[in-house]
Amino acid sequence: MREGSAHPLLRLLGGTTVAAILGFLILPAFVVTLAAFNGKAILSFPPETWSWRWFIKAIAYQDFQAGLHNGLIVTGWASSIALVVGAAFALALDRYRFRLKRTLELVLLSPLVIPHFTIGLGFLILAAQLGFARGYAVIVACHIVLVLPFVLRSVYISLRNLDPRLELAAASLGAPPHRVLTSITLPLLVPGLVSGWLFAAILSFNEFTASLFVTAQRTQTLPVAMYNYVREFADPSMAAISVIYIAGTAMLLIFANAFLGLGKVLNVEHSR
Amino acid sequence: MSPAVLCALGLAAALAAVMQYSVRAYVPGSLDPGGFTLDNFTALTKPLYARVFLDTIWICFLTAFFALIVGYPLAYALVRAKHVALKSAILVITITPLFLGEVVRTYSWIVVLGNNGFLNTMLLKSGLIDAPFQFMFTRFGVVTALVHVTLPIMVIMLAAALSHIDRDYERAAASLGAGPIRAFVTVTLPLSTPGIIAGVTTAFAWTFSAFATPQLIGGGQVNMVANLVYQLGFASFNFPFAASLSVAGLVLAFAVLALMRAAATPFERIGAQ
Repeated sequence: MREGSAHPLLRLLGGTTVAAILGFLILPAFVVTLAAFNGKAILSFPPETWSWRWFIKAIAYQDFQAGLHNGLIVTGWASSIALVVGAAFALALDRYRFRLKRTLELVLLSPLVIPHFTIGLGFLILAAQLGFARGYAVIVACHIVLVLPFVLRSVYISLRNLDPRLELAAASLGAPPHRVLTSITLPLLVPGLVSGWLFAAILSFNEFTASLFVTAQRTQTLPVAMYNYVREFADPSMAAISVIYIAGTAMLLIFANAFLGLGKVLNVEHSR
Repeated sequence: MSPAVLCALGLAAALAAVMQYSVRAYVPGSLDPGGFTLDNFTALTKPLYARVFLDTIWICFLTAFFALIVGYPLAYALVRAKHVALKSAILVITITPLFLGEVVRTYSWIVVLGNNGFLNTMLLKSGLIDAPFQFMFTRFGVVTALVHVTLPIMVIMLAAALSHIDRDYERAAASLGAGPIRAFVTVTLPLSTPGIIAGVTTAFAWTFSAFATPQLIGGGQVNMVANLVYQLGFASFNFPFAASLSVAGLVLAFAVLALMRAAATPFERIGAQ
């Protein structure tokens, strides 16, 4: 397919298809925004009156505030620990040969295919057997395991894209190994590390199924609080908090794309 | 090194705990399990549970299939878009839903699909239907929302494969007289099979673990394994049975994934050539 040689009709058809799919992706966000600004408690499209009241109600809601607080604690710890563990392991995977390397890699990547409810239930039973209360430690441990594959992947891809000649050059100029690591390898890995941490943080903050098992009323994270809200109430406060969520996440990703180049991190484009 | 080993051990211990509970007896009114037994697994063969397992697999297949059909054109557009701005827009729109979590996305779909939701209001106003169409509590509604949930990861996997294809092959096909459709079907599509296989298997595995979507949109009418596990664990406190359901679910998911891999091997060879 030479560039620009496709039939105009084919291009039009392709363009329309892609636009329709993007529409499908955006539709829920668009509709939930309409619902959030609806003045009445009952849904109507388009809204008859507009208001901010559901945003005010959502922000003032105690369970959401507590959920945000708990979520930030869990996410802060889980994503940071996962970053350190994941980056060290990615480096080891890329550079060294050691016993059980393949087994360890498989186990650490397995949360990608093991259902989250199995992992959540496992940590719940384990905590009960070891006599831990359902505190933050169990939630953090569970989240570390769940987000680790994403950190691993993101750092590993940046390591693969790194030109080894730069490190060799530094070493040949007399830099000792730790100096090569701190002044060449780590700075070059910053985009991979930052995006790995960002992915881990966003995924941990939003993790729901496993969290439902390991959190208690006192330690519930925001998604769990939102789930309980949807089950009990039907007013658009949930729409309002969804809009805050969607806007916040989209902004973070636009920022990440502008400064880190998400395409390279996700391995969908090449730095040629 | 050792922190990674610690994480792996933690995960292994959690899975071992589930396995251990799955072969223990349920003591009504107590959170502690009884002696060792295989009764939990015998109970799994009851039609009620067998149906949920079959339903789950069917829903996973439908979701993976439609995510592939919808995701392929998007991945293609993402990789081949010529303008940087267009590429970035497609990328951000595609992956934002991945980071919203199941609850926000499921709730948004309730607002879209509900009886007085967006879609029904629009259809009623346009006069296409006289009464609200029942999207909620149906498999159609659940699969629609699940496809939306799975699409980002599918697109990422497909785009990764498509971006690795050397475009000289397509140019060679074109120079030999193949039209754009023929070049796509005989060159690009076969070369992207590794991405298709990775995308479909990942979509399947992710959907298998879905909980909030079948719970809230299925509303008890459409049940998946996760809903049953939660119900048994937190409504009846029958943790041993919940654990055996989890183990059975895990084994089943792995078995289906292995089958898919085996079925895909001949196709993978086409892609590797």
